[in-house]
Amino acid sequence: MPDHTWGDAWVSDKLIEIKGVKHAYQTGDGPLPVLDGLEMSVPEGGFCAVVGPSGCGKSTLTRLVAGLMKPDEGEVWLQGERVTGPKSTVGMAFQNPVLLEWRSILQNVMLPLEIVPTRMSKRDQEARARHLLTLVGLDGFEDKRPSELSGGMRQRASLCRSIVHKPDVLILDEPFGALDAFTREDLWQTMHKVKAEEPFTGVLITHDLRESIFLADQVIVLSGRPARTQYVMDVHLKGERDLDQLYTPESAEALNILRHQIKVAQGRAETDEAAA
Amino acid sequence: MFKKIAIPIFALVLFGVFWEFLVWVNGWPNYKMASPSDLWPAFWKFRWLFLEYGWDTLWRTVVGLLLAVVVGVLIGMVMGFSRTMRDALYPLLVGFNAIPKATVVPIIALMFVGQHDFNTILIAFLISFFPIAVSVSIGLSTLEPEYRDILASLGASKLTIFWKIALPKTLPEFFGALKVAVTLAFIGTNLMEIVEPHGRGLGHLFDSGKISADYPLMFAVLIALAIMGIMLYYVVVALEKVFAGWAERSPT
Ligand SMILES: Nc1ncnc2c1ncn2[C@@H]1O[C@H](COP(=O)(O)OP(=O)(O)OP(=O)(O)O)[C@@H](O)[C@H]1O
Ligand SMILES: [Mg+2]
Repeated sequence: MPDHTWGDAWVSDKLIEIKGVKHAYQTGDGPLPVLDGLEMSVPEGGFCAVVGPSGCGKSTLTRLVAGLMKPDEGEVWLQGERVTGPKSTVGMAFQNPVLLEWRSILQNVMLPLEIVPTRMSKRDQEARARHLLTLVGLDGFEDKRPSELSGGMRQRASLCRSIVHKPDVLILDEPFGALDAFTREDLWQTMHKVKAEEPFTGVLITHDLRESIFLADQVIVLSGRPARTQYVMDVHLKGERDLDQLYTPESAEALNILRHQIKVAQGRAETDEAAA
Repeated sequence: MFKKIAIPIFALVLFGVFWEFLVWVNGWPNYKMASPSDLWPAFWKFRWLFLEYGWDTLWRTVVGLLLAVVVGVLIGMVMGFSRTMRDALYPLLVGFNAIPKATVVPIIALMFVGQHDFNTILIAFLISFFPIAVSVSIGLSTLEPEYRDILASLGASKLTIFWKIALPKTLPEFFGALKVAVTLAFIGTNLMEIVEPHGRGLGHLFDSGKISADYPLMFAVLIALAIMGIMLYYVVVALEKVFAGWAERSPT
C-alpha cells in the first residue's frame, strides 16, 4: 500500500470490503492476470470512485463486487457477509444503458421489482418508479420506448432502474462515459439529488477525474494491468456540490495529483512520490 | 391504408394482363403456357377439390411448421446457451440441411409407408426447422453480457433471464427465420404430396393434372399454391407485428 493510511472510523463499519483480490481470465494464450492484490473498502453511505488506465480491470472489479464472478484469490465482503453470488441488495448500471426495447420506460425501470422479492404492492411499485423518473427529470416519458429517448435520457432511466429496488450497494460502471460533457455535468447533479433522497453505498468506475472528485468522497487509483490499489485520495469536497467547486485551487490540486497518479499507472511517469 | 391495398392489387392486375398479352402475342398453346383466362374455368370445374385438397395442404404445412418451431427453438436454445453443444451440433445440422430434400422424400415415403399425413408433416418439419434453430441460437449467443447482467446481478435464475430478456430479444430474428421457414415447409408438403401416391393435397391435384394432360389445371394449382403461400406468409407477418412490433423502427 502506498501513502494512504486507513482512518480508524473506516475500519469499524465497512460496507464494502475487498481484501487481497487476485483474478485472471483464461484466454486462448494462457491466463491473463487482471487484478493482483486489490485492497479497497467503502463505509456505509460512502461513495467511492475508482479510476485507472483503460483495460486495467475496473469492470472486472465491479463484476466481483456484484457476485457475478468469483475471485481466484482474496475475499469480497458486502454488509459483513462474504460474497459468494449475486445479491438483490445490489444495484448496477453500465456505460451502455441496456434498456429493453420492447418495454416502456416505466416497465424498464420496474424490471428489478419483478425479480427482487418486495413487500410493495403493484401500485406502490409503479408509484415508486414514477417518482424516481420524476426525480431524474424524466416525467412525461414513462410510456415512451427507449428508442424515443436521447442517450442521456436513457442513462437516466437506467439509473432509476438500478435503484428502484432500494439497493444498499450501488455499482456504476462508467455510466456517463458515452455522454457529452454538458449532459454529463447535468447527470452529476442529478446523481447528488438522487443520493440525497435515496441513501446508498456506492462504487463508481469512471475515467473522468473531475467526475470522480465531484461525485465521490474517496478516489482510488488502480495501477495498470494487473491492477492493484495504487493510490487513495479522500476528496476535500463534502456533501452536495456545485460545479463551481471544481474550479477552486483545492480542486485543481486534487486533480493534478490524480492526473499524475494516472500517468504513473500508465507507466508514463517514474515514481508516485513527486505529487504526493 | 387505401394505397397499401390498392397498389399491390393494381400490380397484380397489371401482371395478369401482361401475362395474357404475352401468351396471346406469341400464340402459345396452353400446354406450353396457360393464360389467365384458361385458369378460371379450371378453378371453377374443380372448385370443391381445390377447397378440400387446399385444406389438406394447409393443415399439414401448419402442423409441420409448428413442430419446426418447437424443435427449432429447443435446438436453438441448447446451441445458444452452451458453446460445447453449439460446436457439437452445428456441423451435424449444416450437413443435414445440405441434403437436397427431394432425395429425402422417397426415403421418408418408404420408411413410413402408408402414413400419408405423418410423412407429409415430417417433411414439412424437416425442411423448415433449420433456419429457426440457427436464428434462435445466434440470437441467444450474441446477447450482450450486460443484458444478462442487469438481471443476473439481482440473483435471477437462468430461466428468468431467458424469459424476460433473451427470448423477447431474439424474437425479431426468430420471425425473420419463420418467414423463410413458412415457405420451406410449404415446399416440403407439396414435394411429398406430388411424389407419394396418396391422393390428397394440392400436390396430388397437380399430379393428376399432369396425368390427364390438363395443363390449365396444373397452372391453376400453381396459382392456388402461390395464393396460399402469400396467406401463410402474411399470417407470420401479422404475428411478427404483434409480438415483435417494437423492433420496427419508425421511418425517419
Ligand atoms: N471475459 C473475458 N475473457 C478474457 N479476458 C477478458 C474478459 N473480460 C475482460 N478481459 C480482459 O481483462 C482486462 C480487464 O478488463 P476490464 O473490462 O475489467 O477492464 P476495464 O478496466 O473495465 O477497461 P475499460 O476502462 O476499457 O472499461 C482487459 O484486458 C480485457 O481484455
Ligand atoms: Mg470497463
